Amino acid sequence: MRILNKTNGIWMILIVLSFGLLQGAILLGLIDAFYEITLVTILINMILAIGLNVIIGFSGQFSLGHAGFMAIGAYATGILTKQFPNYGGMAAGIVVGGIIAGIVALIVGIPTLRLKGDYLAIATLGVAEIIRIIILNMGDLTNGAAGLSGIPYLSTWYIGFFLAVVVLIFAANYKYSSVGRATISVREDEIAAESLGIHTTRYKTIAFVMGAVTAAIAGSIHATYFSVISPDQFNFMKSIDILIIVVFGGIGSLTGSVIAATVLGVLNVFLQPFGSFRMILYAIALISIMIFKPSGLMGTKELNISSFIRKKDKSENKKREEKVR
Amino acid sequence: MLKVRDLTVYYGVIEAIKGVSFEVNEGEIVTLIGANGAGKTTILKTISGLVRPSQGEIIYQEQPIQRATPRTIVQSGISHVPEGRHVFSGMTVMENLEMGAFLRKDKEAIKEDIKKVFDHFPILEERKNQDSATLSGGEQQMLAMGRALISKPKLLLLDEPSMGLAPLFIQEIFQIIKKINEEGTTILLIEQNASVALEIATKGYVLETGKIVESGVGKELLESEAVQKAYLGG
Repeated sequence: MRILNKTNGIWMILIVLSFGLLQGAILLGLIDAFYEITLVTILINMILAIGLNVIIGFSGQFSLGHAGFMAIGAYATGILTKQFPNYGGMAAGIVVGGIIAGIVALIVGIPTLRLKGDYLAIATLGVAEIIRIIILNMGDLTNGAAGLSGIPYLSTWYIGFFLAVVVLIFAANYKYSSVGRATISVREDEIAAESLGIHTTRYKTIAFVMGAVTAAIAGSIHATYFSVISPDQFNFMKSIDILIIVVFGGIGSLTGSVIAATVLGVLNVFLQPFGSFRMILYAIALISIMIFKPSGLMGTKELNISSFIRKKDKSENKKREEKVR
Repeated sequence: MLKVRDLTVYYGVIEAIKGVSFEVNEGEIVTLIGANGAGKTTILKTISGLVRPSQGEIIYQEQPIQRATPRTIVQSGISHVPEGRHVFSGMTVMENLEMGAFLRKDKEAIKEDIKKVFDHFPILEERKNQDSATLSGGEQQMLAMGRALISKPKLLLLDEPSMGLAPLFIQEIFQIIKKINEEGTTILLIEQNASVALEIATKGYVLETGKIVESGVGKELLESEAVQKAYLGG
């Protein structure tokens, strides 16, 4: 497959276009400082949801500890950028956070992913809590329950946008690579996958580690954009929030996660004037999606541009044929 | 080609296979028949590395393989079609077949082999862009067999290909099995449907609660008293 084919070209144009639209809206003042915070939150949630979708959607394993890995990234970057308040420090934070999150995921994943069934959900539930408690008790390094403040404002929405695009492209390529195919075949039928010589534990672990690393990246952006982090931001509810985005968008659909992160983010802003009534409306929106479209907005399907092209070609061919007649 | 010697398998404390020995020579169709719970599937899973034996040897092409991983076993040319129709739903028929080539790198030859599978199972070619979940039971069985063939097995392990199929479909599948064998693939077939299996088999073994109670040439075995009594219920 060529890198510069029609489909990829259209995706590139879409990405550049959405970047241009956002930039234009900011320049025109349509997106003010408050909405920019929303924008970055959406981008962070997008990265988190894409990562969790790699775990839940592709490998079929259930993780309830995504916020824990996010916390690792946030704290690694927070601590490092306070020492080195420049982009070098931030890059180092992203790398260190990613590595630590990856190692923790390996340690949790290798024993639990050898088992068939939802053991990962229970293990990750515990691990996220352990990470939070460790951070709470790391003394001056993490500043305990008060959390870190005064982290330099290094992230802009540009960085968020850039990293979201990178993570999305990476996950999309993974989905259609041979490793991704193997992972999906494990999800569909573990016995058949094993009988074809696919090492099931290995591919489940790869997906889990990838999800954990992307969560750490999202945490890094979070720390350097909001400047204040505390352990209770990364509690169980945060993991559930991310899970909601994945389920809302459709388990296994990357474009679904992108759309859901955006829709839920925007919905949150529009519901702001309703005060605490907001949570009820938010819940109603979620429940109605589950009733009318139980597989999520996109199901397991992707927003498929190449099929649009194909359809168009077909209809053009038909027209041509009719003319010939 | 394949020698199983004194194979013993435990599930926890339960002894599922109690010292089974048999042999498969190159070019043969060998069948293990027996009722539910006789241990047929366990033997197959042990050969393909999904289950570990507690005792005994499995010698494949002069090499002991009872400690090898499923991956190396597949690479060495043993392909297992599990019981029931284990196709990857959500993937098309074509993608399913491509998964069979997971351990292969020779793209051109893979295309050739997919063509060959379509020769055996023309219906799969018709349905190649269809989600495999939408296939009928018989078609899914064909797909699972076709996928196993793509990994270019020297020895094909078939676990109850007739399960849940209409008699007409069973005949068709078994004719194809015979054809695949004639083209050079050795086959170890496990069946409950003893008469159909022994019809095409060169050699048969009768399994009863983890032990081999009778063996013989395919069609003769069908007549034997042991089979009639122990298995067919006559």
